[in-house]
Amino acid sequence: MNEEQIERYSRNIILKGVGGKGQKRLLQSKVLIIGAGGLGAPVALYLAAAGVGTIGLVDGDAVDLSNLQRQVIHFTADVGIPKVDSAKDKINRLNPDVEVKIHKERVWASNIREIIRDYDFIVDGTDNFPAKFLINDACVLYGKPYSHAGILKFNGQTITVLPGKSACYRCLFIAPPPAGAVPSCSEAGVLGGMAGVIGTIQAVEVLKYLLGLGDLLTDRLLVFEALPMRFREVKVKRNPACPVCGENPTIISLVDYEQKACDLKK
Amino acid sequence: MTIKLEINGKIDHVSGEITVRELLREKDVEDPDMVSVKLNGTILDRAAFDTVQVRENDEVEFLYFMGGGSQK
Ligand SMILES: [Zn+2]
Repeated sequence: MNEEQIERYSRNIILKGVGGKGQKRLLQSKVLIIGAGGLGAPVALYLAAAGVGTIGLVDGDAVDLSNLQRQVIHFTADVGIPKVDSAKDKINRLNPDVEVKIHKERVWASNIREIIRDYDFIVDGTDNFPAKFLINDACVLYGKPYSHAGILKFNGQTITVLPGKSACYRCLFIAPPPAGAVPSCSEAGVLGGMAGVIGTIQAVEVLKYLLGLGDLLTDRLLVFEALPMRFREVKVKRNPACPVCGENPTIISLVDYEQKACDLKK
Repeated sequence: MTIKLEINGKIDHVSGEITVRELLREKDVEDPDMVSVKLNGTILDRAAFDTVQVRENDEVEFLYFMGGGSQK
């Protein structure tokens, strides 16, 4: 590390358990964030600030005015440009040490293996169930540690998954809800700030994982309820009947699920 | 006769030894398709909602499907 880096990361480096060695490890780490939206925004900003050396961003969408209520990595002038370009620009301005790799597409069964291949840790910051199940299955099948999270209205939840060692998303949520049951955006909504609470927890989990510190949020679903302002921990365990990591898995290759698109303008 | 359960960490009472599907209805869970149920540590298969019954002192967790994130 050069002198500027030692100063920039000094509050990490002085921590017992991090030190220069830990900081170098962060600088050499590669983290992929799928979804450069509400959850992905704080994850990307905090990982970039902390000096994670390579950050991959996957998103096929452009910034929409209605995103700005919670997707704090995008600004008003970014409306209309691809989210990955907007996010890359902010990360570069925050910390030029970070190499940003952009994937201007969404994940599918056909491309996810190639996209996640080079990364040490994967962050699910997507908004839809087909992507969430696909990310889980790909991470389990290819042995990538990852952080799952979801937010809805005034609630959020997150869990860290170490494939083969801890409960996966499907151990808890066996299959996606029927497409017709998923609430439309107008019925759903999410309070600004919710993504910040949950995404920031995801970012801290990534740093802990990369640094080998503490106890990860594994086998525990952390549920956040903003209205009573309460965190609750639901103990979970690997489900022997899990279709992807259980004793007799039925999902041995990746599948694309369908979900009705949600567009408030229609 | 009412029975005592623990639902999402809180002590609660329900009308009797009813099925999980009936429990969801009794507890006003708006959309049972958007919830996963953990009963005494085990995640239930959705098909079991109509057959498995809750008993006195059971621990039930309703886990909600949440998307969010980059929702347009
Ligand atoms: Zn599993």
